[in-house]
Amino acid sequence: VGCFCEEERRVRANDREYNEKFQYASNCIMTSKYNIITFLPVNLFEQFQEVANTYFLFLLILQLIPQISSLSWFTTIVPLALVLSITAVKDATDDYFRHKSDNQVNNRQSQVLIRGSLQNEKWMNVRVGDIIKLENNQFVAADLLLLSSSEPHGLCYIETAELDGETNMKVRQSVSVTSELGDPNNLASFDGEVVCEPPNNKLDRFCGTLYWREKKYTLTNQNMLLRGCVLRNTEACYGLVIFAGPDTKLMQNSGRTKFKRTSIDRLMNTLVLWIFGFLVCMGVILAVGNAVWEREVGSLFQSYLPWDPPVDNFLFSAFLSFWSYVIILNTVVPISLYVSVEVIRLGHSYFINWDQQMFCSQCNTAAEARTTTLNEELGQVEYIFSDKTGTLTQNIMSFNKCSINGQTYGNRPTGTSAEGENPFYKLDFTPFNPLADPDFCFYDDTLLESVKVGDLHTHEFFRVLSLCHTVMSEEKSEGELVYKAQSPDEGALVTAARNFGFVFRSRTPGTITTTEMGQTVTYSLLAILDFNNIRKRMSVIVRSPEGRIRLYCKGADTVLLERLHPCNQELMNITSDHLNEYAADGLRTLALAYRDLSEDEWEAWSESHRCADKATDCREDRLAAAYEEIEQDMMLLGATAIEDKLQEGVPETIAILSLANIKIWVLTGDKQETAVNIGYSCKMLTDDMTEVFIISGHTVQSVRQELRSLRCPPPPPHPPPPPPPASPPPASPSPPSNLMDNISGEFALVINGHSLAHALEADMEGEFVSTACACKAVICCRVTPLQKAQVVELIKKHKKAVTLAVGDGANDVSMIKSAHIGVGISGQEGIQAVLASDYSFSQFRFLQRLLLVHGRWSYLRMCRFLCYFFYKNFAFTMVHFWFGFFCGFSAQTVYDQYFITLYNIVYTSLPVLAMGIFDQDVPDQRSLEYPKLYEPGQLNLLFNKREFFICITQGIYTSVVLFFVPYAVLSNATQSTGDFYFYLTVLLPCTKRTPLFSLPVQTLFRIFPNQFHFVGSAQSTLLQPVVWLTIALATAICIVPVLAFRFLKLDLKPQLSDTVRYTQLVRQKKRKMGRLGARSGSRRSGYAFAHQEGFGELITSGKNMRLSSLALATFASKHSSSWIDTLRRKKHTHTHTPPSASGEGQMQPAKGSNLACGMNL
Amino acid sequence: MIAAMMASSYNAKEEDGHHSGSSSHGGAGAVKSKKPDNTAFKQQRLPAWQPILTAGTVLPAFFVIGLIFIPIGIGLYVTSNNIKEFEVDYTGVDINSPCYSCAKNFSWNSTQSCVCSVNFTLEQPFESNVFMYYGLSNFYQNHRRYVKSRDDSQLNGDLSALMNPSKECEPYRTNDGLPIAPCGAIANSLFNDTLDLYYVDSNSTKTPIPLAKKGIAWWTDKHVKFRNPSGNTNLTVTFQGTTKPVNWRKPVYELDPSEADNNGFINEDFIVWMRTAALPTFRKLYRIIQKKSGTTPTLPSGRYILDITYNYPVLSFDGRKRMILSTISWMGGKNPFLGIAYITVGSICFFLGVVLLIIHHKYDTRNNSADIPN
Repeated sequence: VGCFCEEERRVRANDREYNEKFQYASNCIMTSKYNIITFLPVNLFEQFQEVANTYFLFLLILQLIPQISSLSWFTTIVPLALVLSITAVKDATDDYFRHKSDNQVNNRQSQVLIRGSLQNEKWMNVRVGDIIKLENNQFVAADLLLLSSSEPHGLCYIETAELDGETNMKVRQSVSVTSELGDPNNLASFDGEVVCEPPNNKLDRFCGTLYWREKKYTLTNQNMLLRGCVLRNTEACYGLVIFAGPDTKLMQNSGRTKFKRTSIDRLMNTLVLWIFGFLVCMGVILAVGNAVWEREVGSLFQSYLPWDPPVDNFLFSAFLSFWSYVIILNTVVPISLYVSVEVIRLGHSYFINWDQQMFCSQCNTAAEARTTTLNEELGQVEYIFSDKTGTLTQNIMSFNKCSINGQTYGNRPTGTSAEGENPFYKLDFTPFNPLADPDFCFYDDTLLESVKVGDLHTHEFFRVLSLCHTVMSEEKSEGELVYKAQSPDEGALVTAARNFGFVFRSRTPGTITTTEMGQTVTYSLLAILDFNNIRKRMSVIVRSPEGRIRLYCKGADTVLLERLHPCNQELMNITSDHLNEYAADGLRTLALAYRDLSEDEWEAWSESHRCADKATDCREDRLAAAYEEIEQDMMLLGATAIEDKLQEGVPETIAILSLANIKIWVLTGDKQETAVNIGYSCKMLTDDMTEVFIISGHTVQSVRQELRSLRCPPPPPHPPPPPPPASPPPASPSPPSNLMDNISGEFALVINGHSLAHALEADMEGEFVSTACACKAVICCRVTPLQKAQVVELIKKHKKAVTLAVGDGANDVSMIKSAHIGVGISGQEGIQAVLASDYSFSQFRFLQRLLLVHGRWSYLRMCRFLCYFFYKNFAFTMVHFWFGFFCGFSAQTVYDQYFITLYNIVYTSLPVLAMGIFDQDVPDQRSLEYPKLYEPGQLNLLFNKREFFICITQGIYTSVVLFFVPYAVLSNATQSTGDFYFYLTVLLPCTKRTPLFSLPVQTLFRIFPNQFHFVGSAQSTLLQPVVWLTIALATAICIVPVLAFRFLKLDLKPQLSDTVRYTQLVRQKKRKMGRLGARSGSRRSGYAFAHQEGFGELITSGKNMRLSSLALATFASKHSSSWIDTLRRKKHTHTHTPPSASGEGQMQPAKGSNLACGMNL
Repeated sequence: MIAAMMASSYNAKEEDGHHSGSSSHGGAGAVKSKKPDNTAFKQQRLPAWQPILTAGTVLPAFFVIGLIFIPIGIGLYVTSNNIKEFEVDYTGVDINSPCYSCAKNFSWNSTQSCVCSVNFTLEQPFESNVFMYYGLSNFYQNHRRYVKSRDDSQLNGDLSALMNPSKECEPYRTNDGLPIAPCGAIANSLFNDTLDLYYVDSNSTKTPIPLAKKGIAWWTDKHVKFRNPSGNTNLTVTFQGTTKPVNWRKPVYELDPSEADNNGFINEDFIVWMRTAALPTFRKLYRIIQKKSGTTPTLPSGRYILDITYNYPVLSFDGRKRMILSTISWMGGKNPFLGIAYITVGSICFFLGVVLLIIHHKYDTRNNSADIPN
């Protein structure tokens, strides 16, 4: 409605007349497609856009022409009507619910400021330019420009779960001039005009200008409240409607997602086209036959059978007979194929939803197949792209070990591998400390003793942890502390300190209040030297109540150990050893230190810091230099080790999946060390690997160089031909890739995001893919969401393999959408990934069941179903072809018309459907036990063009037997005047089951259909023993060769599944279970500290102290989005150095000396 | 292995249902578990029978099929051979054939029917009931336009259909403005040769053989599918206002002058004709020669004369007409194919069984190593 040509939007507040000139959309939304009147025509029109439906409509029209009609019209209209009405009913129900939800939304109330007073209006009556008042916990009715709020600074907080799935809160702030317009009276006279961009779907962007009182104010996304958000922790706020109804960003985003198709779908479509071709060929052959017959025989036979009035020569007759045969033979392309396939997939989806073993009782979520059309593709997956955080790991950090003054704590009596199995050893902190967090687990009581004894180092150690952080606390009631940490690492550390008696209670911009060993102490916070990725450390400078100024620092061991006072040498060596030990266990480590400052030192530094802070140019650098200046000569306190907990069953799942020949790539935004660590702990990387390659070049050349050097392994059997350096042709990687394939299984590749950006460029991607695919494990770290999607696309493009992406956060959405199959882990990171996914469940380990059990079964069932379906239809239909030669090519049907009508939808669909839904070749435990069973799916062995031709040939063979055996019997028989039709009718259901399948249901159906036909003739015919003898004969002739062939194949070249079944039969007992090997003992560095810059500033500024936790969330999201943006931009401009570079890489194999790698940060 | 491990850990977790995670989820603990039902159907544990093709099942199956089929085949073959069948072609194509002139001089308009006689000799006596068939060749009763050219409701005695036959009957629907009864091409082409059989004994006397014309149609056809309009009373009145099919010489209610209740749509010859044949060469039951008494054969060996009232032209489309005499057995008429086919299939099965057994013993890979490559 006028928005197609809208180039910019002008909205004047409180001026409906002015705004009406532009005919902006109203706030009434309509997601429903039909109403009662339009339903039938529109729905039918949509349905007939499906080729299959149109084809059958065309057949129906043909059948209405009496000269052509070889079958009466009901043979087509019954199935067509059935299919159409089922779809229509489904559409109608869907639409009904949409109507209902539309109505509900449109009739929500909101308060609109009309002529100076607040009036209740329905949502749908809100117009662009209106000012509306929102109260706490209300949904935002339209896209609003925030004008003022009840909170200071015009701030307000929103939750955007409905919009982007993120459950944390975000802060929005009004333009300063409007934030002063507090009450309705002032707002009623507000007449500012907003000029902004036209409606679009970019959730994180808005640009516009507010003109008010001759002044311009720039508007950004920070000033906008989008429809779908909920106002939180804000009493009330006022907003100006900018976009309404369908123009809102929420509605603009709800476009239909791309429909994913499976490879079987595509193959099926090709095959259906071929069958069409085949159909036309048969039609032509029979039409030619008809022409010849009518000329040679039919013209003479006219005394008994004259031509129909419009037919006057044999050519015209042949033309008509062509169409008649098209009608008769249409059962080779049965209408029920598509419907049956959908039904089967739906059934499989329900089985996934119902699977108890994919139900997580902790989060009370069952697995969910959100897309019902992809199930069989689950059985063909070759590449899995996995996110790390929240997918492989729980994103829960636990304080595991520490080293204080050269003494290591936290070793469990039972050893490290027995996680949570010894509740007796779990320390109980409550008697010692009423403020302790009961969920905190620690097993070494020597540390607690040391605290109780009052060891100074230990106290200082925990004091650092309780002071040096950016955590916000929220104390709902006395003693019930909730920490809002920006990274889980920090939360774990502060919680640890809390349990050991150094409880962080609250903070203000200038103070930190703690309870130390039961005594409340308030430190004045002098400065926060914030964390960033280059510094890899953070410090606070506090003044204790006694007046002593001290700097507390925590950071990566590599950086921190360099800045210690020389007298720490001995302690440093011991602590380094401890750090190495922790790293070897896959723990994330941090070192802690302090420095005493004199009042003068502080004053001096404070001055220089203020200067740097105020500087306008190079502020960052100057601040960093100032920080650097004071973080010197520190005294080492110790080190902490935090465990990034893996999700349950991850190593086992990965092991099984890789046994099933599925390659797993981890794509993570984390740092290289973290990612490699996780790679080891989840057994993707093992010590058995010959080499772990690391690519971290920053330039095109260096990345190419690194890629090339990988391709020449130390003892190369024959060196790969080096591609021309200028621009390697895309085909060149193939010979080296062969080479790489030969030696695969021993290498792993770790590539950094910035290198990946180069590797993904057009001229290098081939090289990259062939190298990466030769490696057993690939880990991409520091990748952006966009790059995740690009990697997936790359594999899709180069490998023609089925890809599966699994992730849990909003940053995985692009990857989930671009992979063939997207799996969402419904974890803590919101529901956006789940919403974009095709399958969702709550634990990574369910993936093995989804793929190896459900996927495999689905694939198997679908393939068998298709084979069987094509087979039966060919067997059924080709009989008409043979009969054509005996009935003057007149398109006479062999079967009863009702039989033809019902053949596909009743008689044969049910057993086939039952098979397609229920069939199992091996039980689920076996398919997990023998992951190799998954391979046929990846190689696409069970249904491909070859299998199709085998089915077709078999079908044609069956049709020959079906036709010619009764023919021979009949032409010799003296007796019956020949209900030849009946012979075939009876024969067919009995003989079509040559592919013997494994279901009891089938045997029932075998006899069932016989009873129905030719009420009159059935009695007479079935009494004749010849009929039964013929049935038996034809069945035997059909089945015996197939049986013999299958037996031979099974006997001489058994498939794994056959063997599994066989052994199961033979032994009938379970095999002994064996556990997978214990944790690998490799030693590598584990420093990792997921942290971001900027919180120190936030805290000291004091702006948001009132709702600190909310602000924290805002800040996090804002920061992360800008980080993504930066990397995106980087991708487009191909610059070399990303701003967040974690360090220049003189990267070595991670397997090398453990400390060295940590130092290389 | 993993599966079991996973399963056990899974169960363990179910036991302690009040895990810390669940309390954070719903708060009050009144959370309804979304756990799927543990039914055999939903968990895909329905009992199933899986036929596994092992040597132990397949090879015996082959032998059993062979052992069953071969005796059946032999039985069928012997039975079929014991059936006596005699066939004579009386079309009159050959100039020496007695019906040559009738065939040549046929015209649709002639009122005078042409009669010809064919002599033949039965070498062996036919002992039991003998069935007499007429056979037609190259006659496409299975042509689509032919098959559909009938009106079943008219034949079922529907009065409105009688006066207003279905369009399917075109072009044999009406004649001179009157509806045709029975309408359609099938009825119009009713086989109307009359066959009479005489036994010629040693002193050249012709003894007519009694031919029963009742009981040649299927019971369901005669009593269910075909009915005269308004019962069997006074067919002449019932069929008033209709006309006979174009090719017919007599109206439908005068088809059998000798027996009153064999007229109209329930005339058995008509019913037999109306059941269309599946193949262009077919035979239809014409008469039954009942066995008279215990000892004398129904048809003793010797010379016979077949008198044909030649009404039915087939030469125009190169058709052939035959008369067949046959006895029947439990398995129907003479049918050597079925017996031979059974014997062949049985032998092949047996042979295959042996071959597979040899192959199985020589090359078997499974029994020796039941280990599964993983």
